[in-house]
Amino acid sequence: MRITQGCFSFLPDLTDEQISSQVDYCLSKTWAIGIEYTDDPHPRNTYWEMWGNPMFDLVDPKGVMMELEACRKQFGDHYIRFNAFDSTRGFETVTMSFIVNRPKVEPKIRMIRQETDGRSQRYSFETVR
Amino acid sequence: MDGDIPAPLPTTVDLRAEYESSGVKELLDDLDQEMIGLKPVKQRLRETAALLLVERARKSLGLTHHTPTLHMSFTGNPGTGKTTVALKMAGLLKRLGYVRKGHLVSVTRDDLVGQYIGHTAPKTKEVLKKAMGGVLFIDEAYYLYRPDNERDYGQEAIEILLQIMENNRDDLVVILAGYADRMDKFFESNPGFRSRIAHHIDFPDYQNEELHRIATHMLTEQNYVLTEGAKAAMDDYIALRRSQPHFANARSIRNALDRARLRQANRLFSSASGPLDATALSTIEEQDIRASRVFSGGLDSDRKEDAA
Repeated sequence: MRITQGCFSFLPDLTDEQISSQVDYCLSKTWAIGIEYTDDPHPRNTYWEMWGNPMFDLVDPKGVMMELEACRKQFGDHYIRFNAFDSTRGFETVTMSFIVNRPKVEPKIRMIRQETDGRSQRYSFETVR
Repeated sequence: MDGDIPAPLPTTVDLRAEYESSGVKELLDDLDQEMIGLKPVKQRLRETAALLLVERARKSLGLTHHTPTLHMSFTGNPGTGKTTVALKMAGLLKRLGYVRKGHLVSVTRDDLVGQYIGHTAPKTKEVLKKAMGGVLFIDEAYYLYRPDNERDYGQEAIEILLQIMENNRDDLVVILAGYADRMDKFFESNPGFRSRIAHHIDFPDYQNEELHRIATHMLTEQNYVLTEGAKAAMDDYIALRRSQPHFANARSIRNALDRARLRQANRLFSSASGPLDATALSTIEEQDIRASRVFSGGLDSDRKEDAA
């Protein structure tokens, strides 16, 4: 199922040019870009694996796209996302996060029911590979 | 309504108007004013600007064009303005649209070469990522290649640079800088670099008169004035300093002026008998310059070497 996490996730996949212009917008606001990847799209999986360090001193999106190419070469069948981090005082947070690469076949997410005391049900989600 | 039909291409282009509207004229005029001397450099910059303007004009008329090779090599002694001109070059390229962002990243060998195996490639790649969209200025470029030490990792950095210089010509302009003779040797042993560099610009040493003007310019910027005696002393100083070791053109002048200001401050401090006005605080007297060790033959360490 096509997961809808992050910005632009309801749109069709962004082209490299579109990704580049989004990165340009982030860099123009002096936000740092960090690349993360994972193969588990569970909604509670907040912390994906980092690809290299967040790039704080870049001026042009080409540098970020070079890193994305390298990440795609190694983890082409994983989810890859860009996080834009705003380091101004009072914010110090990720302001923008969007998926830039999806695996060819996206895993399904299944709901599990668990019976607890009385006959209460606890519901949780699980990624199905 | 089809928004995809391209607008018809113009059939003529006014180069003069382009020259002014793109901000190139302003930048070159600034360069003429701010930098003293450097005639061949300014000439070359004007020629490069003309070439890039015409290329841009051809592109706007729909003629095919390949990105011109813009990598350059600046050769010359220290203190002749190579880094300053590289910065101006970055601004020029940005105004003509040949680099996207026009920032300058200035590095030396240590920023590119690692200390152990596997360290060089990520280090160089980090620097290149930062420099993308602008100009990478590599100072003392010949240190990248150390043929005598086979454990040196400079060759790796060179290879990465060469590949980027060829494949990412739209994204990055590389300017190498250093002494003329050592750069020649460097290019001889790395023909790959020489073939990728389109423009070789030599920075001649400043003349005495030009150094004097630079000194006056620096002082005026800081609201200082030289007395007539001080001006004569400055002329003598420049003539003497040039022949002494480690002469670094404009940088030596800047250091000399800093020391003159130090002596002026001490003189005012120790001999002030009443309140001082702005004129007194801004005037550099002859003795502030004559007190320099240059007039007695140079630094003690240099003189000892001569004697020995």
